[in-house]
Amino acid sequence: MTGLIDTSDLTKVYKMGDVDFTALQGVSLAIKKGEFVAVMGPSGSGKSTFMNIIGCLDTPTSGKYLLDKQDVSDLSKNDLAAIRNKKIGFVFQSFNLLSKTSALENVELPLLYNGSPSKIRREQSVSALRLVGLEERKNHRPNQLSGGQQQRVAIARALVNNPSLILADEPTGNLDSQTSIELMTLFKKLNKENNITIVMVTHEADIAAYGDRRIYFKDGRIVKDDKR
Amino acid sequence: MNTIATVKIAVNALSINKMRSSLTMLGIIIGVAAVIAMISVGSGARAQISKEIASLGSNLLMVWPGTATSGGLRMGFGTTPTLTSDDAKAIAAEVSSVSFVAPVLNGTAQVVYGNQNWSTIVTGTTSNFFELREWPVVSGKVFTQRDVDGATKVALLGQTVVENLFGNEDPLGNIIRIKKIPFKIVGVLARKGQSPIGQDQDDSIYIPLTTAQKRLFGTRFPGMVRMIITKASSPDMIKNAEADITALLRQRHHIMAGKEDDFSVRNLTEMLSTAEQAAKIMSILLGSIASVSLIVGGIGIMNIMLVSVTERTREIGIRMAVGARARDILMQFLIEAVVLAIIGGGIGIGVGAMGSWLISYFAGWEIDISLFAILLAFGFSAITGIFFGFYPARKASRMAPVECLRYE
Repeated sequence: MTGLIDTSDLTKVYKMGDVDFTALQGVSLAIKKGEFVAVMGPSGSGKSTFMNIIGCLDTPTSGKYLLDKQDVSDLSKNDLAAIRNKKIGFVFQSFNLLSKTSALENVELPLLYNGSPSKIRREQSVSALRLVGLEERKNHRPNQLSGGQQQRVAIARALVNNPSLILADEPTGNLDSQTSIELMTLFKKLNKENNITIVMVTHEADIAAYGDRRIYFKDGRIVKDDKR
Repeated sequence: MNTIATVKIAVNALSINKMRSSLTMLGIIIGVAAVIAMISVGSGARAQISKEIASLGSNLLMVWPGTATSGGLRMGFGTTPTLTSDDAKAIAAEVSSVSFVAPVLNGTAQVVYGNQNWSTIVTGTTSNFFELREWPVVSGKVFTQRDVDGATKVALLGQTVVENLFGNEDPLGNIIRIKKIPFKIVGVLARKGQSPIGQDQDDSIYIPLTTAQKRLFGTRFPGMVRMIITKASSPDMIKNAEADITALLRQRHHIMAGKEDDFSVRNLTEMLSTAEQAAKIMSILLGSIASVSLIVGGIGIMNIMLVSVTERTREIGIRMAVGARARDILMQFLIEAVVLAIIGGGIGIGVGAMGSWLISYFAGWEIDISLFAILLAFGFSAITGIFFGFYPARKASRMAPVECLRYE
């Protein structure tokens, strides 16, 4: 297996008025293709900042980040947008679907921004929905779907562009335990059968247990790295 | 991201908040409608004036007799009989920049036909007059120079006189009495409409000049005329003709250098083009007042778009997370604003056209809905959309994705 994420000495400093707040103080980490990583740690430990940086939503103050052997630590905003579009799929705690738009159109969204023709958009979106078992619900709007179904639409959206990496920020945070188990089963299946790399932030140990590897953050540093 | 998809997204976003979108559009609708109605009314007024100028005949110069001063009392124009038929003949013979000359002597008289009677203006003139005023007959024919030379008792009737004396009867060949003197009707003039000062030009009778001088409005001054109408041979010659006529008449009237003229030459076209100029300024003024409301409408768009950007911060974050570039977000919000403005502009054109029509219907004004006004208003509303939509759209495109996603 080859390296997908490779960070060395990442730091992130936020300016809050006159005070500098250091959210990350030197994080070096390598994640290989096909890994299922659970990121844990208390609030304010820097795990969200880390996720934002490896998700190319934010840039590090210093340090180096290689995604798929490409240095993305100081790319322009437009280049970062293109990388997010092609290589990364996001799954959020609060689903973050467009509320007045059908499931299908939500899933199509990433394809809209890389110029795919509408026929291909449709085909790929339908097959992504099929993958998460929601093909027959494609014309429902998010408020007509249950929480678990909404999160599966979000996963379909994350998958639609065949990304190399899925970043999930507390994906089960708003779900009951039964739905959480179903969702984790889906993640496990995508990871094993489709060889998709997943990095997932979670607070719950039983959810983290689905991962092959558990990384613990504290005060902006990695304090523990459990590989199975 | 392609334009069609962007426009679709914009229309969807606008239809989610129908009430708000339509109220925002209302500003543009009112603005565009006001611009169209104002321009239509303004250019209608100008068209009206141009028509009046045309009805008067072009390149006309009027020569009026001068003022009489009697014991220090100045009496006003036309009080002394300084202009005569011979002056008119001299102008026709000697001033080359003039193509037609028609002396005129008129007065009000009671006209009787059968048991009908009517008071109207009776004008004595020469046959040139009708060419000069570009005023044809609809039946019969214009009296000739021979009628003028022989002071025959023939008359041409205006349409209003025909209606009042004859009703539906054909007046041609009948005899009417003007101040008890019988006149034979040799022709009926075409309808001419109102003069620029609102006079009904069809309420008139025309007879040979000499007949008027000898039989109807005779004074102790033989050959006196009320005024001389002349037509310059071309618009460029108006100034020349004015100077030539002045020089000739000064010479004929033996006026010493340095003394005041005993006549005055007035350029009618100039007066009317001043009126036309005033109408033009008026329509520009009305148009600019109306465009203020378009600007107010534009500010309404900007306001709503700013609110919309704030409300949809999270949506912007989601779009950015899945790969929308700053440009995509900018275009999305800009197109939304432009769609608002263009739909508003389209409806505004309809409302404006209808409003103009209502104005013309109820106020009886002439209006002129020009393609130019429509294109102007439409273009203006699109530009308003771009101009006032740009700032909110740019604001949206510059937001940081992380902060948008965190926004509650």
